[in-house]
This record gives sequence, structure tokens and C-alpha cells, in this order.
Amino acid sequence: MSKPIVIANARVVDPATNRDAPGAVLVENGRIAGVANGAPQGVPEGAEYYDAKGLIVAPGLIDMRVFTGEPGHEYRETLASAAEAAAAGGVTSFVLMPDTSPVIDDGALVDFILRRASAKASVNILPAAAITRGLKGEEITEFGLLKEAGAVALTDGRESIQSAGLLRAAFTYARNFELSIIHHLADHTLVGDGVMNEGTLATISGLKGIPGEAETVPLARDLQLAALTGVRYHAAQISTGAAVELLVGAKRRSSEVSAGISINNLSLNDNDVAPYRTFFKLSPPLRSEDDRQAVIEGLRSGAIDTIHSGHDPQDTEVKRQPFAEASDGAVGLETLLAAALRLVHSGDVPLLTLLRAMTSRPAEILGLESGRLAVGAPADIIIIDPDFPWVVKEAALRSRSRNTAFEGARMQGAVMHSFVAGRPVFSHAATEERLNT
Amino acid sequence: MATSSPASVTGGQGAARPAFRHRHLLGISQLNQYEIVDLLDRAEAMIPISRQPRKILPTLTGKTQINLFFENSTRTQSSFEIAGKRLGAQVTNMSVKTSSVAKGETLVDTAATLNAMRPDVIIVRHGSSGAVELLSQKVGCSVINAGDGAHEHPTQALLDALTIRQHKGRLAGLTVAICGDIANSRVARSNLLLLGAMQVRTRVVAPRTLLPKGIEALTSEVFTDMRQGLEGADVVMMLRLQHERANGRMIPSVREYYHFYGLDAEKLAYAKPDAIVMHPGPMNRGVEIDPAIADGDRSVITEQVEMGVAVRMAVLDALLADREGAA
Repeated sequence: MSKPIVIANARVVDPATNRDAPGAVLVENGRIAGVANGAPQGVPEGAEYYDAKGLIVAPGLIDMRVFTGEPGHEYRETLASAAEAAAAGGVTSFVLMPDTSPVIDDGALVDFILRRASAKASVNILPAAAITRGLKGEEITEFGLLKEAGAVALTDGRESIQSAGLLRAAFTYARNFELSIIHHLADHTLVGDGVMNEGTLATISGLKGIPGEAETVPLARDLQLAALTGVRYHAAQISTGAAVELLVGAKRRSSEVSAGISINNLSLNDNDVAPYRTFFKLSPPLRSEDDRQAVIEGLRSGAIDTIHSGHDPQDTEVKRQPFAEASDGAVGLETLLAAALRLVHSGDVPLLTLLRAMTSRPAEILGLESGRLAVGAPADIIIIDPDFPWVVKEAALRSRSRNTAFEGARMQGAVMHSFVAGRPVFSHAATEERLNT
Repeated sequence: MATSSPASVTGGQGAARPAFRHRHLLGISQLNQYEIVDLLDRAEAMIPISRQPRKILPTLTGKTQINLFFENSTRTQSSFEIAGKRLGAQVTNMSVKTSSVAKGETLVDTAATLNAMRPDVIIVRHGSSGAVELLSQKVGCSVINAGDGAHEHPTQALLDALTIRQHKGRLAGLTVAICGDIANSRVARSNLLLLGAMQVRTRVVAPRTLLPKGIEALTSEVFTDMRQGLEGADVVMMLRLQHERANGRMIPSVREYYHFYGLDAEKLAYAKPDAIVMHPGPMNRGVEIDPAIADGDRSVITEQVEMGVAVRMAVLDALLADREGAA
């Protein structure tokens, strides 16, 4: 087993217990052995010592929505390269979307991902399995066998199931195995040929718009079906103020409902798209500033539970295209935390609320032990300098694809160290050294 | 609206005329009112060239012009071809259907390939909004947008403005009603931008399904009743309805569309007695316009075509001949 670790003189932030106080964290045998107020106690012989003066120690982030290219499109991203990017971004666990080639819709493929991940990846990779075979939205997959193989949840990834009847069956059957359903919201007929947020900017650009109702109409349906079936339902990502209102109502009636949001929709708006910047072509699309303010309020109030990177590696070939023909998606594992901290620095969201959405809330929704600084929990821990200044440079990203929506962005806050099960998987100083030599 | 005075864009061509300061013509949105007037004046000066027996003004001798049309358009492509040839340029039409584009080459790769042939100007029409701008970033020559998606068609707006000016003697203060499929029309957007910059009172007239969200930002007034929309108009500009696409989704039928939005004598009577009727072509007779109106004495539709050649000659000359002097 790895050496014991002591992280002392830190600001210990643990959203699960609302702790935000000076203290120390002790790690032994890959698990958290102690969380102390003030100086560490009972430090074992030979422990690795980290002086975290001026730094935050927090649970490692859990990213609910990550795409890679393995298997099938390894030139875009492998499990190993995604994990390296994750470690650098303070993401110690991520939920892997099943949109690969072949689609993860079979127990054997879940097993394959878990084996590959344990051999190649430095962070925890949690495979989510497809709800429907081939993500086609027609027949449900073998939920029970997928769960036994190790699927952490069910989702159709980028795809949105259109049939209410099929969704009802999937929700009902998922309850059988106590599996969470994570569902992307897009009504195909309302999205139509749309490629960006509907409104003045789309009209001036001559681009077809996607109305907010393309998200709220299926959300309303899903929330009713979730109430009908009692399934644990997670709206994969919302982008509009109207969706926040629907969630507030649904949460009043049920604790089994939750929702996520991409950091992109919290950080950017449709002004960033103009003129035809395909790196800002995302799904759901970047919405208006009014919507952005409304979803930030939704995050503060708890209507929105989780923040994810939506990490979606796409090569330049499919991004350097006329806007309507370019692929959706942006990488985000390495910028998730820094972009999220902007909301803290701007005074929009308290630090505990922000980190909760990337640690203990995802853990609760997925039924994980991690995501908190509790004695006995896996030592998935990050040390953050909340003020470290840096500039996002596409060329410095670890991901195999460089389609970032934050190219050139000035960030305040960076990860200094990441640990997975007590093992150091990223060190900022080592990275700096490597870049400087 | 104007960001600079005419004096500030002087490019060293003496007292005659300031040099055109743009390398590309991607949209009306990049032009201020002085540059619009400049292009219209240049185009007006080109009109006699096409009316003389030997139609040649060899300012672009030795220049290479490539017409790259990803969407079929006999009218616009021929107009650019004739304009280039009357200025003495060597014009090549790239046939997209038989080229590597049809074999899946990306737009950026096509741009690099064409660029290596060292053209002086590429005229591009593409079905996607923003595609011409993307291509312009990848080449070393001038690019003229001959229509990109539902975004812009700047030479159409210029030729429309020239036609109006020829008939009305001015632009400022006129009322122009643009009627039909506003949602899918690049002609409408470029015209609204140009006319707005020239202090023209613009109206759009369409059923609500063909009015894009936020169109108010581009026009003075919005009407769903055509009679109200035409009331007192100096110019009635009709748009082509892509009825094969719109039928059953955006409009219930051609019959209903024609009844409410087709331009006939009865509706035209609401416009000013001397109002002119325009259409960018190709027309759907009996869909958006009564054939009797299209061929009537108020129609200036064929004149638009003639002005099209003059405008394209002026744009080519401004982009190429001027830049040579400036360089």
C-alpha cells in the first residue's frame, strides 16, 4: 500500500458536512484516516507531509458527464488520456458516457471498460451503460446484467429518448435494480435543424435556433414519468430558467429527482458563439445571459444538483466546419474547476455550494463512498490554490483533442495535487518543472 | 451607424475616390453608409459599360477569378462571370458536383487547394451560414460572398439598393416592405442591414411561422397583415418561397399563402401609386406573386438583373483594382 499522507495547515472544505475550517487530513491505506481541526494528530511514522498553507483541501471532484473515444475513436481520446486530463483538473472520478463505438450497451463492454480503466487510468472511471440498445431509443438494454457488470447508472449519453412509452418502461424496469436514469433532454422536432440558441443572435447570423422548449417539454414529461414510476431520475443537463422552475416544482414532491448542468452553460452565453465560433457549439446550446443568471440562481438554491465538464473531445476535422455542419462539444476536464471557481470569485456562488455540486451531490446520486472527507472514505482528495493565476492554452491541454471553449481564458484557481485512493496522481509543481526544463 | 467619415478611409487614390478598405465582401454588416454609397456610385458608373457595343473595361486584365458555387445558381453565377469578363479577368467556374468536394473534402481543404492556384478573387456561395467567412480565413485572396445559408447575400442587397436609387433618386426616407419567407432568406437580412444603414424605413411582412425570433432587431416594423404592411410603401420587395420545403410545416398550402401573402393588384393598391415591385428571382409565379404584377409596368425585376452585373463589376473593381494601387 502507498505511504501514509498528512496534509496540514490547510483550509479543509468538506461540503458533505458543511465544514470549512483550518485543519489537517490524514490518509492511511488509501482511505481517509482522520480529519482534524488545527494541527494533525497521531501522525504515523514515515508519512508524506504536505504543507497546504493558503491552500484548500477538498474531496476530489466527481464529474457526471465525460465522453472519450475509447473504444472506437482513440485518436480523439483514450481512457488513459482522459484520466490524465481529469487528474490535472482535480477530477478523481468521472462517469463515462456510453457513446463509444461499439456502444456500451452490454455487460461485456462494461467489463472491458473497467478492466482497461484499472490497467491504464489514474482516476476512477465509472461506466454508465446505455438505456437502449445502440442508443437507438427503441429497445431497452439488460439493466440487471449491466449493473452486475459494474455500470454505475443508465444513460443514452448524447441521445434523448423520444418515446414516452419507452421511457416509462425503462424507468419502471430501472427501479427493479435501483439504477439511476440520467437523461439528456432534446425534443427532436423542436430542435429541428437548430444549431444555436433561438433568438436575435441566431436570426442575425442566419442560423436556425433551438428554443428552450426543446429542453423543457421533454423535462416536463420525464418529471411526470419519474413521479409515476418512482425511479431515481437525473436530468443530465439543463440550460434554461424555465427548466429550473420545473425542477423546483418536482423537487417539492420528490427527493428522487435531481439535475445537472454543464460548466459551459454556467460560464458562457450565446454571445460567445458569434460569429460562427464552432468551439462554442454545444449541446445544449449556450443560452442567453438571462438564462445563465437563472441557472446560477438554480445552483445556489439547490434546484440544480451537480456541475459537470461535459468533456467531449472532438478533432479539428469535425470542428473546423461551417457552423451548422460542425460537431457539438468541447473538452472540459482540465478547466472544470477553474471555470467553476469564477462563480466563487465573482460572488455568485458560495464555495461550499459550488464544491458540493461536484463532490457530495454526485456521490449521493450515484451511491458512491467518495466525494466527502469522512473517516473511512476513499482518499480521493485534491489540494487547490483558489487564487493561482493561469491562462488556458490549447497546446498545453493533456486531452488528445483541443476543442476547448476556454482558449485564452484567464483563470484564477488551480489544482496543486490530486490523490486517488491515497496515491498522488497529479502534482502541479511537477508539471511546472516538466514545462520549464 | 457610420463609424468613420469618408475622409478617414482615403487610401491614396488621389482626390477621385477613397480606396475600398476591405479585402473581402462577406456581408453588408461590415460596411458603413459611406462605403455603401461608394459602392453604389461605382456601380452606377459601370452601367454604361454593359450598354456599349464593346462591353469591356479592362481594369482586371490578368486577374484570376474563381466562381465556387456549392449551391446551384445559374443567375448569380452568370452575373459574376459576366461581370468579371467585362473587366478583363479570367474567370473559372468550379463545378462542385464533379469535384473532390462531392467526394467528402472539407471546406477548409478545398480552400487550401484553390488558394494554391493563386487566384485573385473567389466568389463563393454555400448552403451554410458563415461558411464563406470560414473559407475567407483560409485563403490569401479576396473573397466575395455570393450567398451563405440564411445569413447574407451582399451583392443582391447592393443591386436592389441601386435599382431603388435609380428609380427613386434616393434611399433615405423611403419605405420598403420586404414580404415573404424572412426566416430563411439571406436576401432579406442583407437588405434589412443595408436599408437600415441608409435610413430607409423597413418593414417585414410574413406569416408568423416565417418570422424568425428577434427579427425586430433588424427592421423598423413587423407586419403579419400584408395590406397593412404595404400601406404607403415606396418599394415592395417580394421573396421567393421555398414552397417544397415550407408546405405543410410553415404554411398549410400554396393556395392559402397566395391568398394572404401573394402580391396581386388588390394588395399592391395599398402601396404608393408609384411604388415599384422587386423580386430577387427566380420567381414562383402564382405562389408569391401574380404573373400580371411580375410582368407589369410597376415591376423592375429584369432591371434588377442588369444592375446585378453593374454592382458585381463595381465590387470586383473595388476589391481588386483598388488593392493593387494600395499595395
